[in-house]
Amino acid sequence: MSSPDPVRDSFDPRPKTRGNVARVSAALFLGATALGVLALVVLLADIWRDGAGSLSVDFLTSFPSRFARRAGIKPGLAGSLWILALTALFSFPLGVATAIWLEEYAPRNGWSRLIQTNIANLAAVPSVVYGILGLAVFVRGLELGRSVLAGALTLTLLILPVLIISAQEAIRAVPNSIRLAAYALGATRWQTIRQQVLPMAMPGILTGTILSLSRAVGETAPLILVGALAFVPFVPNGPLDGFTVLPMQIFDWISRPQASFHQIAAAAILVLLAVLLAFNLVAVLLRNKYTKTL
Amino acid sequence: MPSTLHAPPTAPTVIETEKLSVLYGSAAAVKEISIAIPTRRVVAFIGPSGCGKSTLLRCFNRMNDLVPGARVEGRVTFHGADLYGPGVDPIEVRRRIGMVFQKPNPFPKSIYENVAFGARINGYRGNMDELVERSLTQAALWDEVKDRLRMSALALSGGQQQRLCIARALAIEPEVLLMDEPTSALDPIATQRIEELIYELKSRYTIIIVTHNMQQAARVSDRTAFLYMGNLVEYGPTNDLFTNPREEQTEAYITGRFG
Repeated sequence: MSSPDPVRDSFDPRPKTRGNVARVSAALFLGATALGVLALVVLLADIWRDGAGSLSVDFLTSFPSRFARRAGIKPGLAGSLWILALTALFSFPLGVATAIWLEEYAPRNGWSRLIQTNIANLAAVPSVVYGILGLAVFVRGLELGRSVLAGALTLTLLILPVLIISAQEAIRAVPNSIRLAAYALGATRWQTIRQQVLPMAMPGILTGTILSLSRAVGETAPLILVGALAFVPFVPNGPLDGFTVLPMQIFDWISRPQASFHQIAAAAILVLLAVLLAFNLVAVLLRNKYTKTL
Repeated sequence: MPSTLHAPPTAPTVIETEKLSVLYGSAAAVKEISIAIPTRRVVAFIGPSGCGKSTLLRCFNRMNDLVPGARVEGRVTFHGADLYGPGVDPIEVRRRIGMVFQKPNPFPKSIYENVAFGARINGYRGNMDELVERSLTQAALWDEVKDRLRMSALALSGGQQQRLCIARALAIEPEVLLMDEPTSALDPIATQRIEELIYELKSRYTIIIVTHNMQQAARVSDRTAFLYMGNLVEYGPTNDLFTNPREEQTEAYITGRFG
């Protein structure tokens, strides 16, 4: 045996204990993931069982009715698509432009920090508060009435903070060496942003936009306040028409006592999920397109 | 490389500084440096980390403008015209004085697009294919990439990426090329190729290279400036500076006693 060495002997590697800790941690993480997935599967299976039987082309193309078996979701589906399109149209350019200004132009001083803090706070404001704001400003102040336009503008305000923050993060993730390379070639600030920074940030910006818009499509509370209707026997023909959205329709049917309405509510939920999935698919395709050109 | 043997002793000045200082807040990174850079020569800036050599280099194409809080005092002239004078657009300065960075930083686009970008934003109206080929040939990269110009620049090796960055800088036809430790992220073979390239390029361009590597300065440059703590300690023909330094600090540094 060698003589005791106080430095070498002061280690206690305990490989077994550390190995066990590592295995337990891995198991816990897997368990957490499995729990979430399981909950989602159970939820989907339950809704599918209730609603799949009521799904049909007629269900998509019919207006609501007093009779569950004749009722459809045409106005809700059309309203949701209107809201989605208009909200995307307003929020994307506004949000990305704000993020560009904050990241690339704004001086780093007290004012920009104040704006930044406020945006973060606005992201945490309950959606119903935006509904009250929308009612006061768009429906009454600007006299847009209980229209698709007023609803879309309200949801634009609702998702803007989250959209701005995620776009900012995507822009910030572009390495500064890329900006320096462009400037060193005589690029202006706008050429640098437009031709180098934005293309690199676009996948991240699109992901944030999609997540925000998905949230907008699922919102009910602010739209109740701006006047989405529960029973709508028409589809909007223009941005100033009245409207309903799928979550409103689902809420209306769920709150009725008859079981037959609960079944078509489940079917409407399936349609809403399908819309969201299709929408996310478009986002993934767009993102892949941008990532490939790199 | 016998560069110093072929270089005539004098050449017209292309860039000159007079009492140039760069301050970050109240700390001076460059202190009242006056230096003249001759046309179509290679000038090396050497010195320990933090001595101000990169900061001095960035004054020549106004890249310090992009550093928040950096202030430039004194004069820098390019062909006698004040680079910091009123009405001078840094964008035009950077077109005529190109730059290559420490780490290769190609755009995440195709090889072709990397070279074409600078020309495009500067309103180049000639034949783009020819320009790309000419620039890549000048940067000794054409033969390696001519069959895959549409491939991503990020698929190239580090040394190839750095030569692509040189080609990209050459594509806008600058007069001066600033190189900020262009080989510090590269292996010895890639480094040697860049050094050979620098030697070839000086027939058309003035090159100012910042380097940590004294052997590199000795190999590639005609004149060497030794900077220490923001001061220009010694500036002269490379041969003289390395074999017969005038200042004690220079001798201590090049013999490896500090830095």
